[in-house]
Amino acid sequence: MNGRAARRRGMTEKAWVRWGLTGIAVLYLGIFLFVPLAAVFAQALEKGVGVYLDAFREADALSAIRLTLLTAAIAVPLNLVFGVAAAWAVAKFDFPGRQVLITLIDLPFSVSPVISGLIYVLIFGLQGWFGPWLTDHGVKIIFAVPGLVLATVFVTFPFVARELIPLMEAQGTEEEEAARVLGASGLKTFLRVTLPNVKWGLLYGVILCNARAMGEFGAVSVVSGHIRGATNTIPLHVEILYNEYNFVAAFAVASLLALLALVTLAVKSLAEWKFRAELAGRKMEQGGRS
Amino acid sequence: MKKNGRRNILPGFSLTMGFTLLYLSLIVLIPLSAAFIKTAGIPWARFVETVTSPRVVASYRLTLWTSLLAAGVNLVFGFLAAWVLVRYRFPGKRLVDALVDLPFALPTAVAGIALTSIYSANGWIGRYLEPLGIKVAFTPLGVAVALTFIGLPFVVRTVQPVLEDLDAEYEEAASCLGANRRQVFLRVLFPPLVPALLTGFALAFARALGEYGSVVFIAGNMPMVSEITPLIIITKLEQYDYAGATAIAAVMLVASFLLLLAINGLQWWVARREVFR
Repeated sequence: MNGRAARRRGMTEKAWVRWGLTGIAVLYLGIFLFVPLAAVFAQALEKGVGVYLDAFREADALSAIRLTLLTAAIAVPLNLVFGVAAAWAVAKFDFPGRQVLITLIDLPFSVSPVISGLIYVLIFGLQGWFGPWLTDHGVKIIFAVPGLVLATVFVTFPFVARELIPLMEAQGTEEEEAARVLGASGLKTFLRVTLPNVKWGLLYGVILCNARAMGEFGAVSVVSGHIRGATNTIPLHVEILYNEYNFVAAFAVASLLALLALVTLAVKSLAEWKFRAELAGRKMEQGGRS
Repeated sequence: MKKNGRRNILPGFSLTMGFTLLYLSLIVLIPLSAAFIKTAGIPWARFVETVTSPRVVASYRLTLWTSLLAAGVNLVFGFLAAWVLVRYRFPGKRLVDALVDLPFALPTAVAGIALTSIYSANGWIGRYLEPLGIKVAFTPLGVAVALTFIGLPFVVRTVQPVLEDLDAEYEEAASCLGANRRQVFLRVLFPPLVPALLTGFALAFARALGEYGSVVFIAGNMPMVSEITPLIIITKLEQYDYAGATAIAAVMLVASFLLLLAINGLQWWVARREVFR
């Protein structure tokens, strides 16, 4: 609603009420969001830039960074392919049980991260279903990299799909049908028609999926076994440093993840801005349908 | 979509659907069912004994009340924040709006250590609360603070779009007919927001129930006092008590699935109200 027009018609609150409410809201968001974020960087730089950078010269920190990059490099593309496939099937076609499928795709969101790790321990752990077989064949999944990847894939499973489904649904199928009628192949239709329409939503989904993959703690903590230099990701390395009272190093390494979070938020704002036209289109369509 | 019975001429349905179902089963459904199959293998008496032992029950109680408190705080202030972000203008508004999603993007462990440092006795906020006799870090209150952080975006982000879509006409009509601002708010603006508010509350609550990373640092993790249920699962796993961990996990999973059902019901209600508006 246009603020100025509203005020003219006497449709908004008195000025002091407005500023009072704004003040309380900003204070609430400031205390719970801005202060923790600022604290990460303040604590990391407490003893100067030199000490800050020292935290990244340590071999364990470097191996944690490498492992986190590797985990995300496997988990994110897997969930990207799944997300696109699932969105295509769910958003462009109608079939019985469609709503149930959407709920199932969202399921990992409602599972505690600790349980997300536990279920893989129950399957691949020493006492798990495949545990004895895996030990006999010398394959290690739990307390090793494959376990970390599996747990990360589970936790970040819905992100791309959930970002794409509402978007592709809102855009309907007319454009794709036109492309098909004009003789474009299925793949070409997807690449030339569907993809450009959803590219910003897709980008945000991937970036968010990546941020969560790199930052996952609970699930990864269960399957990792905390072997320094071998199965520690960045968040687990932060935990170890913190529990050793090495606060500056802990916050220094944590600041990497905080920067990643800020980049994620920036991409989200950009995506929303780029998408305003299409969002407006979606609202019009919803208005027409109801 | 075959909305009006037309034949869908788009290709790739069986391929994408087949892949979706395969991947979903391999990554999510089969592993999750493992938790229930393993639970079924535990003798009933032992299961009951594990999930009702005093330490575990104390953790349920703590997890429940801190999650409720956190979701309640977010309900009130999240609604206020959504209202202010949609209806008023102030400098820095876009920045504040973008920051609301921070808890989705910031890793929980980072949030955990940051909150602990802020609320500990000599922290930025803790040093002012300590003289007042309020201890936050390493107490159940700290758990509630961490859960408030984690659940903050949900109410704001579910209420915001509904608030944006509210038609100004009804508001105008009501004030033309002589309703004062409070009446307009209570009778015209607030009722359509109720389903969205409840959905946001339920989502924040559900997220808080399972949260682990941000809580373990600030909680102090004292058995019977500030130990959350997910931490008990981890402790049992570290003691190689897989059956015990699985039993508690099954209880938590059932609780989350019931909540998920409730949330789906709420969202269905929201969608229905939108159609009738």
